[in-house]
Amino acid sequence: MGKRVAICALEQVKNEPDIWYQRFQGMLLDCLEPILEKTGVTFDMDKGIRNVITCSDDVFDARTISDSGVTDVVGAHFRGEEKMAQDSINGLGYAMACILSGHDDVVLYMGHCKESQTESRYMNTNLAYDPFYMRPLGIDFLSANAFQARAYMEKAGIDDDHLAEIVVRSRKNAAKNPYARENEMVSGDQVKKSPYLADPIRELHFYPVTDWAFGMLLCSEERAKEFCDNPVWLTGYGSCMDSYFPGDRDIISNFALKNAASRAYSMAGVKNPQKEIDLFELADQSAYQLPMWAEGVGIVDEYTGGKWIEEGGPDKSQVNLSGGMLNGNPVMLGGVARVAEAWYQLRGEAGDRQIKKPKKALAHGVTGAMGQHHGVVILEK
Amino acid sequence: MAKKKKNRNVAIVGVGQTQYSSHREDVNQPEMIHEAVSLALADAGITIDDVDAIVHGNMELFEMVHQPDLWHMLGTGGYGKDSFRITTGGTTGATIACAADNLVASEMYDVVMAVGFEKLQEGHTTGGITNMADPLWSRQLQTGALTGSTGYKMEKEFGEERANRAAMMYRIMMDKHACLNHNSHRSFGLDFDQMDDLMENSPRLVGNLRLIHMCSQSDGCCVVIFASEKKAKKMAKPPVWVRDHITVHREETFNIFGFDENYPVPMTHRFAAEQLFARNGIDSPVDYFDVFEMYDPSGWWGADWMKEFFLFENDEHLKLIEDKEIMIDGKMPINPSGGVTAANPIGATALVRVAEAALQVRGDAGGHQIPRDVNHALASGFGGTMWTVLMMLERELNW
Repeated sequence: MGKRVAICALEQVKNEPDIWYQRFQGMLLDCLEPILEKTGVTFDMDKGIRNVITCSDDVFDARTISDSGVTDVVGAHFRGEEKMAQDSINGLGYAMACILSGHDDVVLYMGHCKESQTESRYMNTNLAYDPFYMRPLGIDFLSANAFQARAYMEKAGIDDDHLAEIVVRSRKNAAKNPYARENEMVSGDQVKKSPYLADPIRELHFYPVTDWAFGMLLCSEERAKEFCDNPVWLTGYGSCMDSYFPGDRDIISNFALKNAASRAYSMAGVKNPQKEIDLFELADQSAYQLPMWAEGVGIVDEYTGGKWIEEGGPDKSQVNLSGGMLNGNPVMLGGVARVAEAWYQLRGEAGDRQIKKPKKALAHGVTGAMGQHHGVVILEK
Repeated sequence: MAKKKKNRNVAIVGVGQTQYSSHREDVNQPEMIHEAVSLALADAGITIDDVDAIVHGNMELFEMVHQPDLWHMLGTGGYGKDSFRITTGGTTGATIACAADNLVASEMYDVVMAVGFEKLQEGHTTGGITNMADPLWSRQLQTGALTGSTGYKMEKEFGEERANRAAMMYRIMMDKHACLNHNSHRSFGLDFDQMDDLMENSPRLVGNLRLIHMCSQSDGCCVVIFASEKKAKKMAKPPVWVRDHITVHREETFNIFGFDENYPVPMTHRFAAEQLFARNGIDSPVDYFDVFEMYDPSGWWGADWMKEFFLFENDEHLKLIEDKEIMIDGKMPINPSGGVTAANPIGATALVRVAEAALQVRGDAGGHQIPRDVNHALASGFGGTMWTVLMMLERELNW
């Protein structure tokens, strides 16, 4: 297709366990104001932002139409506003459509989630299951993921040591990321002794409760220069939905992620991801997902995740230098948190964790349990 | 604002709707969705394999299902497809229509299916709506979607007698339309000679908003398939072209900008209509459009909002009502389907407006088809804290 969309600004608050001192409206305003200041963009009906995409969730906000709580602070008073109600990575795909369709040329994209506000993430995700067959079992995204973890680990030769290594690496990487949630450094032994949440997923294998918000400014190629000197280009998007009942799915096949990635690659003209892409950011809600999603996007041979970890694959392929979702980003926003890392790296603004001259990056987000829905974007310098 | 050139033309090529009802206990959510999906695919003469992407929308807290598209994929046919979930409250159905239009126009997808759904019987609708208000400032005050302020405003503007008669007359005409539409959830067979009785005896909800004025809570699903020009021209039915659309939201608290007489702020309906018509060169919407499918949650809102959408200044809208010109054979037919008071499965309702407008343009509305050519159609969505979506549909690609 060859068409691309510019990301001209990205702002975020720091990921924190509990932003008790601020409502999510304030968190969003802290992201919006620097965007307006740095890009000079306005809400003018002709030249400015006419459409805002938001990302949040009614259940996690305990609020019907969660976007109605933020319309004013995202500048959507008498402007368009549409809420992406799945992982935020898909909001980039939709923003791309808004711009390439010709309907909008400047799109503001804002998202928030405060996991700390909810009594139980597991109660919330239990509600994603149908009330007849699955919900009464007490299943939630964590316990469903545990099934996938066990099946995948068996097939891909992954044991508790591998998972511990993934967690230790995630925390080390995150320590270099000023926006990452501040977690204590852990040793492999500590990880292996951490209590089980849902066998084989231990507490330290699972992303911690986190609050976060972000803002991004996207625009058409023609207008990018008006807002910034060095935009990051969004050149590919793909998503895919897998089936619902766990029994209907081959839960270790990476069916949806393979499709999502191949669609994004084909839109961006990527033929060999391992060779062409310098940086991968994968939404690893749980440690076992890092190698599994790496297989899904095609940089690791199928079911060789264990070997990949042993050989230092994540560092060689420059995967999750941000610390990944495993270090802590709220649900729904895991995808854009991955995009944020790609943004800094591609612009050469990643500080201590900067890699040499990256040109292309992949960012990924996941919605639902066991990777039922995946979204992938390709970003370029 | 200046009209932006659409990257490529997009048409509505298929429409499917379930029977709307207070109780669809015979089906679960995905099964109900599957009914509408099957009908839409059959209408377009395609199979699910021809669909590239799905856009799903409704409100989580009505049925208390988190991320319901994950379960509903059993009914939408979303397996293996790109899929989006985009929601905006009552406007959701119109938002997913706009999203589907954008997704096709962008060339990212050729055929996109919009799926709007609600099964309100499985939850508590008024509780769900009340729960949208700010928990600190206004949740204790909100009464779901019920408000007497429009009636109060119209009574102040046009006198109590005339305002009340117009709202009830509007409601009776909508019921007459609902009786022509076999999908209606509610069709009472009301007649104009019942007006005085209803104005007196229908129970009051808030002020002069009475039970009979208000929309129901319904179960149902609506599916609309959008396709690129090239694909659309190969489909079974004549394409209905999506000309343009606009979304206008506003801040959540009703009274900060709204009610100061020294600083009047237009309704989002008027603002959206002004912007959309200006950029499409439409000077007199009431003359241009052959049908308007309006998201009219009550007789009062329907009557009052006509003024905003048609950019009237005085009492032109009341005259259209009093002269019965908004009926199916009138000068400006509004909601030949019966509108929102006939059926209100909220996540689907605004998409039903788009679907019904498209059926009118195509001449396929059956018992409630307008008895003359319909070339230009307008559909509206309403939701949130007075949010508006407008979509314009055309029979010919000649604008």
